[in-house]
Amino acid sequence: MRDVAVIGVGCTTFGEKWHSSFRDLFVEAGALALEDAQLSGEKIDAMYVGNMSAGRFIEQEHIGALIADYAGMATRHIPSTRVEAACASGGLAFRQAVIAVASGMEDIVVAAGVEKMTDVEPGATTDALAGAADREWEGFVGATFPGLYAMIARDYMHKYSMTREQLAQVAVKNHYNGARNPIAQYQQEITIETVLKSTMVADPLRLFDCSPITDGAAAVILAPFERAREFTDTPIRVLATAQASDSIALHDRRDISTLDATVAAGKRAFKMAKLTHKEINMVEVHDCFSIAEICAIEDLGFCKKGTAGKFTADGETAIGGKIPVNTSGGLKACGHPVGATGIKQVCEIVQQLRGEAGKRQIDGAKTGMTHNVGGTGATVAVHILGRI
Amino acid sequence: MTVARFWRKIPQRYNLIGTMCQTCKRHFFPPRTFCPDCRREGRIVDHKFIGKGTVVTFTIIQTAPDQFASHGPYVLAIIKLDEGPQMTSQVVCDPSEAKIGMRVKSIFRRIATDGESGIIHYGTKFAPE
Ligand SMILES: [Zn+2]
Repeated sequence: MRDVAVIGVGCTTFGEKWHSSFRDLFVEAGALALEDAQLSGEKIDAMYVGNMSAGRFIEQEHIGALIADYAGMATRHIPSTRVEAACASGGLAFRQAVIAVASGMEDIVVAAGVEKMTDVEPGATTDALAGAADREWEGFVGATFPGLYAMIARDYMHKYSMTREQLAQVAVKNHYNGARNPIAQYQQEITIETVLKSTMVADPLRLFDCSPITDGAAAVILAPFERAREFTDTPIRVLATAQASDSIALHDRRDISTLDATVAAGKRAFKMAKLTHKEINMVEVHDCFSIAEICAIEDLGFCKKGTAGKFTADGETAIGGKIPVNTSGGLKACGHPVGATGIKQVCEIVQQLRGEAGKRQIDGAKTGMTHNVGGTGATVAVHILGRI
Repeated sequence: MTVARFWRKIPQRYNLIGTMCQTCKRHFFPPRTFCPDCRREGRIVDHKFIGKGTVVTFTIIQTAPDQFASHGPYVLAIIKLDEGPQMTSQVVCDPSEAKIGMRVKSIFRRIATDGESGIIHYGTKFAPE
C-alpha cells in the first residue's frame, strides 16, 4: 500500500444557508479545496461523496453523477461514487478515497461531503434522520434521535457519577471553540446556565445538548504521498484509516453507554498508525449530542470509562488541555450537515497541523484524530493524520 | 409506514411473536431469521414472548415526531425481556414514576397515527407490573 497525503482542503461556512442550493454548496467546497491544492480540475482521477439523505432532503438521488457533472467533470467521465452511512457518510467517503489512492488504483482523488437539510420542514428533517436508527423497531415505537441518545445519557449517569453540569460543559467548551472558527454555525459563547435553562427535548437532554440542523459541504484532495510536494509545501500524511460496525438498534448493544464500534475502530487506528494516546495532539469527535462526546473520548481511550465528565469539567478537553477535543466547535457549535461532517473534521485537523487554525490553534500540533459516527454507533470511522 | 409494511409485522407487533434459535436456545425480539451465534447451524422458530421485563434505561420524549405529537410527553424505554433480549418501547405511566429497574408488562395500545387521514398503527407498549 502507498502512503497517502491530504494536499488540499475546502469547507463552506456552515448554517441555515437559504441562498445556497445543494449544488451551490458542493461546488463551493470543491473549488476551495482545488484552490488550496493549487490544482486544476483536469488532474482529478476520481471522487467519493458522502451524503446521507439527499433523497429525503431535496428529492434527489444519483448524487455521485450530479456532483461530478456540476463540478465540471461530465465530459471527462471520471468515476464518482456516493457513499452513505448516515452521519458517518463523510468519514466513509474519506476512507474510500484513501483506499483508492493507497491501492495505486487512482492518484488524485477528491473526498467530499454535502448535506442540504433546510429545504424541507423541520419535522421531515427529523424523520429522515430517524432513518439512521432502526425504523421498524425504534422509530416505529416513537424513538427520536435525541431520545436514543437521552437513553444513553441516563444509562451513563446511572452507572457513573457524572453531574448534569459536567455534561453541559461539553456544549460550553464547544461553543467557546466555535466562537473562534469563522465557518461555525454558532459563533457565540454560552454558559452552563444556557444549557440547563434550554428547552427539554428528551430528558435528560436539552436543546443545547443537541447539534443543530445545518447546510454545508466540505472537500479534501488526496494524492500519493510521494507526489504530494508537487502541490503543497505542507502535505498531511494519513497515518491510519479504520472503520467498524455494530447493531443498528441501540437496544441490541452489549452495553448501552459504550460504543463498541468506536472502541474497535479506535484500536485499529492506533495499531495502524503505531501511535499511543499520548502522541495524539487533538481529536475531532462526533458530538451529535453532549453525551456522545463523553462516550467518545472514553471509548477512544483518552480517559477511563466513567471519568470523562470530570475530565471535561477540569478543562482537559479544552484548547490547552491534555487532549483538545473539537477545536472546530464540534457538531454542536460548528454545525452538523450530516454527510459533510466527517470531511469537515479532516479539514479542521489539516488546518491545525498546518498551523492555519487562527484563534483556536493548538501550538506545535503534529498529529490529530477524527471520529465520525453513524446513527447511535452502528458505524464508526476513525482516522489519524500527521505532519510527519 | 405503508399498509403492507405494517401488516407484514402484525403478529410480531400485536402479540410479541419473536423467534428462538433451537440450536443454542437464544431468543430474539425484535425477531431475527438468522442466529448470529450458530449462523447456518441455527434452527430458527417462532416464539411467543411472555411480555414481562425490566426497564434498562428510559427517556421522556418532550419534543415528539408529528405522528406521536398528540400523545404529549411520553416515556420511551429499553426493556430487557425476561427471556433475554432487549427491545425499545413506550411505557404507559406517569413520567415521574419511570425508573431504571422498574418491572413492566406488555399491553396492546395505539402507537401512532400517520397524518390526519392516515392509518392508525397498533402495537405493544408496556405498563408498570
Ligand atoms: Zn443459535
